[in-house]
Amino acid sequence: MTEVVAEAKGPEREENLNTAEAGYQSLKERFPDAVSDDAREGYSGILVDATHLPEVATAIRDELGYDYLSSATAVDHLGLEGECLEMVYHAYRTSGGPALVFKAQTDRSAAEIPSVTPVWPGADFQEREAWDLFGIQFPGHPNLKRILLWEGFDGHPLRKDWREPYYEEEHKPFDSRWPGGKVFRAEETNLFGKNVQYPDDFDLGQLADVSDEALYSGLGLGVNVEPLANGSSNGLQTDTIVVNMGPHHPSTHGVFRMVTELRGETIHSLEPVMGYLHRNHEKIGERNAWLHNMPFTDRLDYISSMGNNLGYALAVEQLMSRGARYKAPPYRAEVIRVLMAELTRIVNHLWAVGFLLNDLGAFFTPMLYANNTREKILDVFEAAAGSRLMCNYMRFGGVYKDIPERLRSVANLVNDKIRDLDFMQFLGELVRDAIPRAIDELDDLLTENEILRTRCEGVGILPAETAIAYSTAGPLLRASGVAYDVRRAEPYSIYPDLDFAVCTRPNGDIYDRYLIRIDEMRESVKILKQILPLLEQTAGQEIMPGGKPGAYMPRVPVGEAYGRVENPKGELGYYVVSAGDPKGPQNPWRYHIRATSFINLTVLGTLCQGHKVADVVTILGSIDIVLGEVDR
Amino acid sequence: MSELELRELQDTEFPIPEDLQNTIAITSLSRLYSWSRRSSLWPMLFGLACCAIEMIGTAASRFDFSRFGMEVMRATPRQADLMIVSGTVTKKMIVPIVRLYNQMPEPKYVLAMGACASGGGPFKEGYSVVSGVDKYIPTDVYVPGCPPTPQALLHGLITLQKLIDGQSLARMDDVPWYGVGPSEPAPVPILGPDIIDPRQMELIRQQAERAALGAGKAAERAALGAGKAAERALPDVIVASNTRGLEAPETVGTAATGVAESEAADGEDPEKARRIAKRLEARARLAARRAAKQGGA
Ligand code: SF4
Repeated sequence: MTEVVAEAKGPEREENLNTAEAGYQSLKERFPDAVSDDAREGYSGILVDATHLPEVATAIRDELGYDYLSSATAVDHLGLEGECLEMVYHAYRTSGGPALVFKAQTDRSAAEIPSVTPVWPGADFQEREAWDLFGIQFPGHPNLKRILLWEGFDGHPLRKDWREPYYEEEHKPFDSRWPGGKVFRAEETNLFGKNVQYPDDFDLGQLADVSDEALYSGLGLGVNVEPLANGSSNGLQTDTIVVNMGPHHPSTHGVFRMVTELRGETIHSLEPVMGYLHRNHEKIGERNAWLHNMPFTDRLDYISSMGNNLGYALAVEQLMSRGARYKAPPYRAEVIRVLMAELTRIVNHLWAVGFLLNDLGAFFTPMLYANNTREKILDVFEAAAGSRLMCNYMRFGGVYKDIPERLRSVANLVNDKIRDLDFMQFLGELVRDAIPRAIDELDDLLTENEILRTRCEGVGILPAETAIAYSTAGPLLRASGVAYDVRRAEPYSIYPDLDFAVCTRPNGDIYDRYLIRIDEMRESVKILKQILPLLEQTAGQEIMPGGKPGAYMPRVPVGEAYGRVENPKGELGYYVVSAGDPKGPQNPWRYHIRATSFINLTVLGTLCQGHKVADVVTILGSIDIVLGEVDR
Repeated sequence: MSELELRELQDTEFPIPEDLQNTIAITSLSRLYSWSRRSSLWPMLFGLACCAIEMIGTAASRFDFSRFGMEVMRATPRQADLMIVSGTVTKKMIVPIVRLYNQMPEPKYVLAMGACASGGGPFKEGYSVVSGVDKYIPTDVYVPGCPPTPQALLHGLITLQKLIDGQSLARMDDVPWYGVGPSEPAPVPILGPDIIDPRQMELIRQQAERAALGAGKAAERAALGAGKAAERALPDVIVASNTRGLEAPETVGTAATGVAESEAADGEDPEKARRIAKRLEARARLAARRAAKQGGA
């Protein structure tokens, strides 16, 4: 019953490359005044004059066929060539191939760029984020307000001249910690003894908490009884009520919040509210050295840390590969990377299926079944990387350590005995036996379950065109019948040599989103079975170029790069910019994460309209978000 | 009740006949209270960040914290007596957290799980992160780790049980909730230009006044570093911390497994004086470094 679409690989990539170049060319011809090459060293793509952005964007989508806007983000070029704020867009074709990159610049003091939401609605949250963190206005945006911070917050923190209360220095390692090692606590330098600062002209008398005002002002609050639409006078009247779910709510998978406006029991409108876990990944990432960010990526989608590591490593390797002394990761490292990435996919989907069932009301029992196998995979991670969740395992150019010979873990006592197992044997049994059995078990118990089918079939339907327009990714996109998978569309690592299918499902409802995760786990097992012999063949080979551990402070050439991987939840992208003095401190100038969970939520409001509150919970569960990635 | 538990409860010199020892224990009311509380802790079903995943892992079948009498996770604070703060506390989230805390019935306990909840963790320097949940609500147990393994969390929970065991009805400092009159709710922070702790209003006003007198923020920073203004400003901090009725900032953030220090002592405390001196020193060091940097630039 699995429907799969295999995609062509290999030679087609060359052709696509040409079409990207051809795309730039034709745009320059069509809009000679508005479009020019981005000629800065290390940069690619085209610069679009901001005032003409809407026309150019429409042409990119309609004439060139770039129907999928993957990422839209801002960069502050304060102190760099042509001081400005810049929006960077990466558009793709859902048929595959590399990105068409275009940029629009605006003045820092009156930052304004026309919104591209009319062309790609998927830019909605990303533009709100750019407003929130960079203070860029987007005329034409339907709902431009802060998204990660709260209304009333002072300033736009990702601007280069904005400093956080605990500001110490521009770059790590801070003098206070290294090499001197005289540590003090940041609280000690703050007047208030905590992580706060207030503007000089702050008037306590004017203090008002407006953080939720904008949120509720648009909704029909208060008693507002209206007669039924057909004007009948049979006495039935409806009232609109506003129901708030979260941020503390067991169904929201963390600290997510939804404000719903109900007509009767039906959702009239739903607004996702986020930022309750906004931890400043990106600002901290700019202070960090390149390698410093690796453990931080673990904490994005904290269920799939290995996948996050891989994406970041790929992005930085893209930049480093422009340097003279760069060496590509050895083959064995790539094999191990794919091994870990696919195990992660299984971990994530087991978790997602378990929690979807939680959301359906089967509280915790299916989760316990799913978690059993997940724990075994975590043992593999723990043996290889030293940590169950936060693996911090990949490095630029390879992986941190070869896989171990023994799986020996003091933390895992079985009947008071420390387990001491052969790693490859354990892994082999896991891949050949335990994981397929667990998938079959879930499939047997759940797939034909009547309650599951009635609750899920035909609910929360996401049509393919909407899915593409809203930039959704991963299982959410493929369950709507779009065979888009970065592993095939723009292959990386050793995926081109592996045999696996891109699963799709035709209906785009919750049920299909459940089924596709089962399908994808089976495909991952297929990949893992191909990986096992490769691991044995390459045993003993080096895992970092030259067999040496990578540099602690690697030199990264100037320029920009966008690295992306097919993470379990969808496309995870890193947009990194390196700037400045090659001999000076080595830090990312910009470190942006194209977070799948965040962008997948753009469509949530539309998806929930007309459904009941109980369905909202399952729809959210079927999207499968993780708040670390949503809020970053 | 098992025999073992009965023996544990036994708390008297009074001789019990041999044949009744398996069925009867004589104990104090205080012991009985503590014993029943510690044996049925109901944690709040409430996850914040990555640590929550390990908390769920601890609840699941492999590690299974119901073995210690805490299987009933409640989604509503009104039915919970333990808040496991499992993850990074952000400024936006601390407001609902304090509200949830206030809604929990007493006696209630807070366990800070992981580096973030204990002191800010890897994201401490972030502009929207609270450096430790104990800046706003009193915290009983800190569990180190990022994330703590399930074993570490279990250890933290057992530590909490020990803490409860040690509490006595006779000492009201231990168990304020058995005192007379209603207890004070923790003040709910306000989201302004930055998060505002209502207990620091006076301090914020003073800062604004100083700023109005012409010393801009930069000037103030410099002054702070030079130590003079620091001395002027420091007493404010102490006043603020004394009035809050919780732990003073000096005691927070020590992410060690175990029981938190009790309330900060009065201003005369030599320990406190030492800490103030240390803090001044740290500021002076920072200022000197900044000055050196600027001079070099
Ligand atoms: S302590 Fe570590 S694992 Fe826990 S919430 Fe903080 S970053 Fe995540």
